[in-house]
Amino acid sequence: MEPAGIVLISHSAKVAEGIKEIIHQVAKDVPIELAGGTNDGRIGTSVEKIQTAIERAHTDSGVLLIYDLGSAMMNAEVAVEMSEFDDIEIANAPLLEGAYVAAVESGMGKSLAQVKLAAERALHED
Amino acid sequence: MELTAHDIITWMKKTNDKIQSKKEYLTSLDQAIGDGDHGINMARGFNEVVVKLDDSSYESVSDALKDTAMTLMSKVGGAAGPLYGTAFLKLSTSLKGKSADYTHFLNGLEESLAGLKQRGKSQEGEKTLIDVWAPVIEKMKESDDFDASLLKHTAEDSMEKTKDIKATKGRASYLGDRSIGHLDPGSVSSFYVFEALAETIEGGR
Repeated sequence: MEPAGIVLISHSAKVAEGIKEIIHQVAKDVPIELAGGTNDGRIGTSVEKIQTAIERAHTDSGVLLIYDLGSAMMNAEVAVEMSEFDDIEIANAPLLEGAYVAAVESGMGKSLAQVKLAAERALHED
Repeated sequence: MELTAHDIITWMKKTNDKIQSKKEYLTSLDQAIGDGDHGINMARGFNEVVVKLDDSSYESVSDALKDTAMTLMSKVGGAAGPLYGTAFLKLSTSLKGKSADYTHFLNGLEESLAGLKQRGKSQEGEKTLIDVWAPVIEKMKESDDFDASLLKHTAEDSMEKTKDIKATKGRASYLGDRSIGHLDPGSVSSFYVFEALAETIEGGR
Protein backbone atom coordinates (compact mmCIF):
# COMPACT_ATOMS: atom_id res chain seq x y z
CA MET A 1 0.00 0.00 0.00
CA GLU A 2 1.14 3.53 -0.72
CA PRO A 3 1.03 6.08 2.11
CA ALA A 4 -2.27 7.96 2.46
CA GLY A 5 -2.14 11.38 0.81
CA ILE A 6 -2.72 14.65 2.63
CA VAL A 7 -4.39 17.82 1.37
CA LEU A 8 -3.69 21.09 3.16
CA ILE A 9 -6.62 23.52 2.84
CA SER A 10 -5.91 27.06 3.95
CA HIS A 11 -7.35 30.49 3.36
CA SER A 12 -3.83 31.51 2.41
CA ALA A 13 -1.66 29.92 -0.31
CA LYS A 14 1.42 31.02 1.62
CA VAL A 15 0.28 29.27 4.79
CA ALA A 16 -0.27 26.03 2.87
CA GLU A 17 3.13 26.30 1.17
CA GLY A 18 4.90 27.06 4.44
CA ILE A 19 3.37 24.09 6.19
CA LYS A 20 4.33 21.81 3.32
CA GLU A 21 7.93 23.00 3.68
CA ILE A 22 7.94 22.14 7.36
CA ILE A 23 6.38 18.72 6.77
CA HIS A 24 8.78 17.93 3.94
CA GLN A 25 11.62 17.75 6.49
CA VAL A 26 10.08 14.70 8.16
CA ALA A 27 7.94 12.99 5.52
CA LYS A 28 9.42 13.08 2.05
CA ASP A 29 7.48 10.17 0.57
CA VAL A 30 3.94 11.18 1.56
CA PRO A 31 1.92 12.92 -1.16
CA ILE A 32 1.12 16.40 0.17
CA GLU A 33 -1.06 18.59 -2.05
CA LEU A 34 -2.11 22.19 -1.47
CA ALA A 35 -5.42 24.01 -1.78
CA GLY A 36 -4.54 27.46 -0.50
CA GLY A 37 -6.39 30.68 -1.35
CA THR A 38 -9.01 31.29 -4.05
CA ASN A 39 -8.72 30.61 -7.78
CA ASP A 40 -7.68 34.21 -8.36
CA GLY A 41 -5.11 34.26 -5.58
CA ARG A 42 -7.08 36.00 -2.85
CA ILE A 43 -7.64 34.95 0.76
CA GLY A 44 -10.31 32.24 0.86
CA THR A 45 -10.79 28.65 -0.23
CA SER A 46 -11.84 27.06 -3.50
CA VAL A 47 -13.79 23.87 -4.10
CA GLU A 48 -12.02 23.46 -7.45
CA LYS A 49 -8.58 23.72 -5.85
CA ILE A 50 -9.57 21.20 -3.18
CA GLN A 51 -10.91 18.81 -5.83
CA THR A 52 -7.70 19.06 -7.86
CA ALA A 53 -5.57 18.51 -4.76
CA ILE A 54 -7.64 15.45 -3.81
CA GLU A 55 -7.11 13.91 -7.27
CA ARG A 56 -3.37 14.47 -7.03
CA ALA A 57 -2.87 13.35 -3.44
CA HIS A 58 -5.11 10.29 -3.59
CA THR A 59 -3.42 6.91 -3.24
CA ASP A 60 -4.73 3.39 -2.69
CA SER A 61 -4.73 4.25 1.03
CA GLY A 62 -7.00 7.24 0.51
CA VAL A 63 -6.52 10.89 1.36
CA LEU A 64 -6.87 13.05 4.47
CA LEU A 65 -8.02 16.67 4.27
CA ILE A 66 -6.97 19.18 6.92
CA TYR A 67 -8.33 22.75 6.92
CA ASP A 68 -7.84 26.00 8.80
CA LEU A 69 -11.03 28.07 9.33
CA GLY A 70 -14.79 27.47 9.11
CA SER A 71 -15.57 28.13 5.46
CA ALA A 72 -12.62 25.93 4.47
CA MET A 73 -14.38 23.06 6.21
CA MET A 74 -17.59 23.72 4.28
CA ASN A 75 -15.73 23.76 0.97
CA ALA A 76 -13.88 20.59 1.99
CA GLU A 77 -17.23 18.88 2.64
CA VAL A 78 -18.58 20.01 -0.73
CA ALA A 79 -15.46 18.69 -2.48
CA VAL A 80 -15.79 15.33 -0.71
CA GLU A 81 -19.48 15.03 -1.63
CA MET A 82 -18.69 15.78 -5.28
CA SER A 83 -15.72 13.40 -5.45
CA GLU A 84 -15.97 9.89 -6.84
CA PHE A 85 -13.58 8.53 -4.20
CA ASP A 86 -15.11 7.10 -1.04
CA ASP A 87 -11.87 6.93 0.95
CA ILE A 88 -11.52 10.60 1.85
CA GLU A 89 -11.57 11.80 5.45
CA ILE A 90 -11.66 15.33 6.88
CA ALA A 91 -9.67 15.81 10.08
CA ASN A 92 -10.87 18.23 12.74
CA ALA A 93 -7.34 19.19 13.68
CA PRO A 94 -5.01 22.20 13.88
CA LEU A 95 -3.64 22.64 10.35
CA LEU A 96 0.09 22.74 11.09
CA GLU A 97 0.38 20.32 13.99
CA GLY A 98 -2.30 18.00 12.65
CA ALA A 99 -0.81 17.77 9.16
CA TYR A 100 2.67 17.30 10.60
CA VAL A 101 1.65 14.35 12.76
CA ALA A 102 -0.55 12.94 9.99
CA ALA A 103 2.34 13.01 7.50
CA VAL A 104 4.64 11.20 9.93
CA GLU A 105 2.01 8.53 10.62
CA SER A 106 1.17 8.13 6.95
CA GLY A 107 4.86 7.76 6.14
CA MET A 108 4.98 4.86 8.61
CA GLY A 109 2.26 3.12 6.59
CA LYS A 110 -0.63 3.68 8.99
CA SER A 111 -4.22 3.39 7.75
CA LEU A 112 -6.26 6.45 6.81
CA ALA A 113 -8.32 6.08 10.01
CA GLN A 114 -5.16 5.95 12.12
CA VAL A 115 -3.66 8.93 10.31
CA LYS A 116 -6.84 10.93 10.89
CA LEU A 117 -6.93 10.00 14.57
CA ALA A 118 -3.30 11.00 15.00
CA ALA A 119 -4.00 14.40 13.41
CA GLU A 120 -7.00 15.00 15.64
CA ARG A 121 -4.96 14.14 18.74
CA ALA A 122 -2.00 16.28 17.70
CA LEU A 123 -2.43 18.69 20.61
CA HIS A 124 -3.17 16.03 23.22
CA GLU A 125 -0.45 15.36 25.77
CA ASP A 126 -0.98 11.61 26.07
CA MET B 1 -48.67 30.50 -10.71
CA GLU B 2 -45.54 28.47 -11.33
CA LEU B 3 -42.01 29.63 -11.98
CA THR B 4 -40.32 28.89 -15.30
CA ALA B 5 -36.62 28.51 -16.13
CA HIS B 6 -36.85 32.06 -17.50
CA ASP B 7 -38.14 33.25 -14.13
CA ILE B 8 -35.14 31.67 -12.41
CA ILE B 9 -32.81 33.60 -14.74
CA THR B 10 -34.73 36.82 -14.01
CA TRP B 11 -34.51 36.04 -10.28
CA MET B 12 -30.73 35.63 -10.44
CA LYS B 13 -30.27 38.73 -12.58
CA LYS B 14 -32.27 40.83 -10.16
CA THR B 15 -30.30 39.36 -7.24
CA ASN B 16 -27.08 40.20 -9.06
CA ASP B 17 -28.21 43.79 -9.74
CA LYS B 18 -28.90 44.31 -6.04
CA ILE B 19 -25.65 42.76 -4.91
CA GLN B 20 -23.58 44.75 -7.41
CA SER B 21 -25.17 48.00 -6.27
CA LYS B 22 -24.82 47.06 -2.56
CA LYS B 23 -21.33 45.57 -2.84
CA GLU B 24 -19.67 48.29 -0.76
CA TYR B 25 -22.45 48.17 1.82
CA LEU B 26 -22.14 44.38 2.23
CA THR B 27 -18.39 44.76 2.56
CA SER B 28 -18.76 47.42 5.25
CA LEU B 29 -21.18 45.20 7.20
CA ASP B 30 -18.74 42.31 7.00
CA GLN B 31 -15.79 44.49 7.99
CA ALA B 32 -17.63 45.31 11.20
CA ILE B 33 -18.05 41.73 12.41
CA GLY B 34 -16.43 39.37 9.87
CA ASP B 35 -13.52 39.16 7.48
CA GLY B 36 -14.77 41.88 5.14
CA ASP B 37 -15.05 39.83 1.97
CA HIS B 38 -18.81 39.23 1.70
CA GLY B 39 -19.50 42.07 -0.76
CA ILE B 40 -16.70 41.24 -3.16
CA ASN B 41 -17.34 37.48 -2.94
CA MET B 42 -21.07 37.77 -3.59
CA ALA B 43 -20.54 40.33 -6.36
CA ARG B 44 -18.10 38.10 -8.19
CA GLY B 45 -20.14 34.94 -7.62
CA PHE B 46 -23.48 36.31 -8.83
CA ASN B 47 -21.85 38.07 -11.76
CA GLU B 48 -20.49 34.67 -12.85
CA VAL B 49 -23.94 33.14 -12.34
CA VAL B 50 -25.50 35.66 -14.74
CA VAL B 51 -22.74 35.06 -17.31
CA LYS B 52 -23.30 31.30 -17.05
CA LEU B 53 -27.11 31.55 -17.29
CA ASP B 54 -26.88 33.93 -20.28
CA ASP B 55 -24.55 31.53 -22.08
CA SER B 56 -26.88 28.56 -21.76
CA SER B 57 -30.45 27.63 -22.53
CA TYR B 58 -32.60 25.81 -20.04
CA GLU B 59 -35.54 23.48 -20.38
CA SER B 60 -36.16 23.24 -16.66
CA VAL B 61 -36.10 25.28 -13.48
CA SER B 62 -34.00 22.53 -11.89
CA ASP B 63 -31.23 22.80 -14.49
CA ALA B 64 -30.99 26.60 -14.21
CA LEU B 65 -30.78 26.32 -10.42
CA LYS B 66 -28.15 23.62 -10.65
CA ASP B 67 -25.85 25.81 -12.77
CA THR B 68 -26.48 28.67 -10.34
CA ALA B 69 -25.43 26.47 -7.44
CA MET B 70 -22.33 25.02 -9.08
CA THR B 71 -21.16 28.46 -10.19
CA LEU B 72 -21.57 29.92 -6.70
CA MET B 73 -19.71 26.98 -5.15
CA SER B 74 -16.74 27.38 -7.44
CA LYS B 75 -16.58 31.16 -7.79
CA VAL B 76 -17.26 32.50 -4.29
CA GLY B 77 -14.22 32.30 -2.03
CA GLY B 78 -15.80 32.74 1.41
CA ALA B 79 -18.40 30.89 3.43
CA ALA B 80 -21.13 32.25 1.14
CA GLY B 81 -20.05 29.92 -1.70
CA PRO B 82 -20.71 26.56 -0.07
CA LEU B 83 -23.76 27.94 1.78
CA TYR B 84 -25.64 29.57 -1.11
CA GLY B 85 -24.33 26.81 -3.41
CA THR B 86 -25.83 24.17 -1.15
CA ALA B 87 -29.12 26.06 -0.79
CA PHE B 88 -29.66 26.36 -4.57
CA LEU B 89 -28.42 22.83 -5.21
CA LYS B 90 -30.96 21.40 -2.75
CA LEU B 91 -33.70 23.49 -4.39
CA SER B 92 -32.59 22.23 -7.80
CA THR B 93 -32.55 18.59 -6.70
CA SER B 94 -35.95 18.91 -5.06
CA LEU B 95 -37.49 20.38 -8.24
CA LYS B 96 -35.93 17.85 -10.62
CA GLY B 97 -38.61 16.54 -12.96
CA LYS B 98 -41.26 18.73 -11.35
CA SER B 99 -42.99 21.99 -12.18
CA ALA B 100 -42.05 24.87 -9.89
CA ASP B 101 -45.56 25.49 -8.60
CA TYR B 102 -45.97 26.94 -5.13
CA THR B 103 -46.08 23.65 -3.26
CA HIS B 104 -43.08 22.13 -5.03
CA PHE B 105 -41.10 25.36 -4.74
CA LEU B 106 -41.84 25.69 -1.02
CA ASN B 107 -40.87 22.06 -0.44
CA GLY B 108 -37.65 22.81 -2.29
CA LEU B 109 -36.93 25.82 -0.09
CA GLU B 110 -37.38 23.62 2.96
CA GLU B 111 -34.73 21.30 1.52
CA SER B 112 -32.53 24.38 1.02
CA LEU B 113 -32.96 25.35 4.66
CA ALA B 114 -32.11 21.83 5.82
CA GLY B 115 -29.03 21.99 3.60
CA LEU B 116 -27.96 25.34 5.08
CA LYS B 117 -28.30 23.99 8.61
CA GLN B 118 -26.36 20.85 7.78
CA ARG B 119 -23.61 22.64 5.83
CA GLY B 120 -23.16 25.38 8.41
CA LYS B 121 -23.80 23.09 11.39
CA SER B 122 -26.08 25.86 12.56
CA GLN B 123 -29.61 26.59 13.72
CA GLU B 124 -31.84 29.64 13.93
CA GLY B 125 -30.78 32.33 16.37
CA GLU B 126 -27.04 32.20 15.68
CA LYS B 127 -26.91 35.38 13.56
CA THR B 128 -26.53 33.72 10.17
CA LEU B 129 -28.47 33.71 6.92
CA ILE B 130 -30.62 30.94 8.43
CA ASP B 131 -32.28 33.72 10.45
CA VAL B 132 -33.77 35.01 7.19
CA TRP B 133 -34.39 31.72 5.33
CA ALA B 134 -36.18 30.00 8.25
CA PRO B 135 -38.79 32.69 9.02
CA VAL B 136 -39.44 33.38 5.32
CA ILE B 137 -40.16 29.69 4.69
CA GLU B 138 -42.27 29.46 7.85
CA LYS B 139 -44.35 32.45 6.70
CA MET B 140 -44.71 31.07 3.18
CA LYS B 141 -46.39 27.97 4.64
CA GLU B 142 -49.31 30.19 5.72
CA SER B 143 -50.01 31.11 2.11
CA ASP B 144 -51.13 28.86 -0.75
CA ASP B 145 -49.60 30.86 -3.59
CA PHE B 146 -46.63 33.14 -4.26
CA ASP B 147 -47.09 36.40 -2.38
CA ALA B 148 -44.48 38.99 -3.29
CA SER B 149 -45.30 41.41 -0.52
CA LEU B 150 -45.25 38.71 2.17
CA LEU B 151 -41.89 37.44 0.92
CA LYS B 152 -40.27 40.83 0.85
CA HIS B 153 -41.55 42.04 4.19
CA THR B 154 -40.81 38.84 6.07
CA ALA B 155 -37.28 38.78 4.67
CA GLU B 156 -36.74 42.44 5.53
CA ASP B 157 -38.07 42.16 9.09
CA SER B 158 -36.03 39.01 9.72
CA MET B 159 -32.89 40.68 8.40
CA GLU B 160 -33.43 43.66 10.74
CA LYS B 161 -33.81 41.32 13.70
CA THR B 162 -30.32 39.87 13.23
CA LYS B 163 -29.01 43.15 14.62
CA ASP B 164 -30.02 42.12 18.14
CA ILE B 165 -28.61 38.58 17.97
CA LYS B 166 -25.25 37.62 19.41
CA ALA B 167 -23.23 35.65 16.87
CA THR B 168 -22.35 32.11 17.85
CA LYS B 169 -21.43 30.81 14.38
CA GLY B 170 -19.02 31.99 11.73
CA ARG B 171 -16.21 34.50 11.98
CA ALA B 172 -18.41 36.95 13.92
CA SER B 173 -18.65 34.47 16.80
CA TYR B 174 -15.08 35.38 17.77
CA LEU B 175 -16.43 38.83 18.69
CA GLY B 176 -19.04 37.56 21.16
CA ASP B 177 -21.12 40.41 22.61
CA ARG B 178 -19.48 42.90 20.27
CA SER B 179 -21.41 41.34 17.40
CA ILE B 180 -24.66 42.67 18.91
CA GLY B 181 -25.91 45.84 17.23
CA HIS B 182 -24.64 44.87 13.78
CA LEU B 183 -26.65 43.35 10.95
CA ASP B 184 -25.50 39.92 9.81
CA PRO B 185 -24.08 40.36 6.27
CA GLY B 186 -25.33 36.96 5.09
CA SER B 187 -28.84 37.83 6.26
CA VAL B 188 -28.66 41.09 4.31
CA SER B 189 -27.60 39.32 1.11
CA SER B 190 -30.35 36.74 1.72
CA PHE B 191 -32.84 39.59 1.97
CA TYR B 192 -31.71 40.69 -1.53
CA VAL B 193 -32.23 37.13 -2.78
CA PHE B 194 -35.82 37.05 -1.48
CA GLU B 195 -36.54 40.65 -2.51
CA ALA B 196 -35.40 39.72 -6.02
CA LEU B 197 -37.66 36.66 -5.93
CA ALA B 198 -40.56 38.88 -4.87
CA GLU B 199 -39.92 41.25 -7.77
CA THR B 200 -39.68 38.30 -10.17
CA ILE B 201 -43.09 37.09 -8.99
CA GLU B 202 -44.60 40.56 -9.32
CA GLY B 203 -43.23 40.85 -12.87
CA GLY B 204 -44.62 37.44 -13.78
CA ARG B 205 -48.19 38.23 -12.86
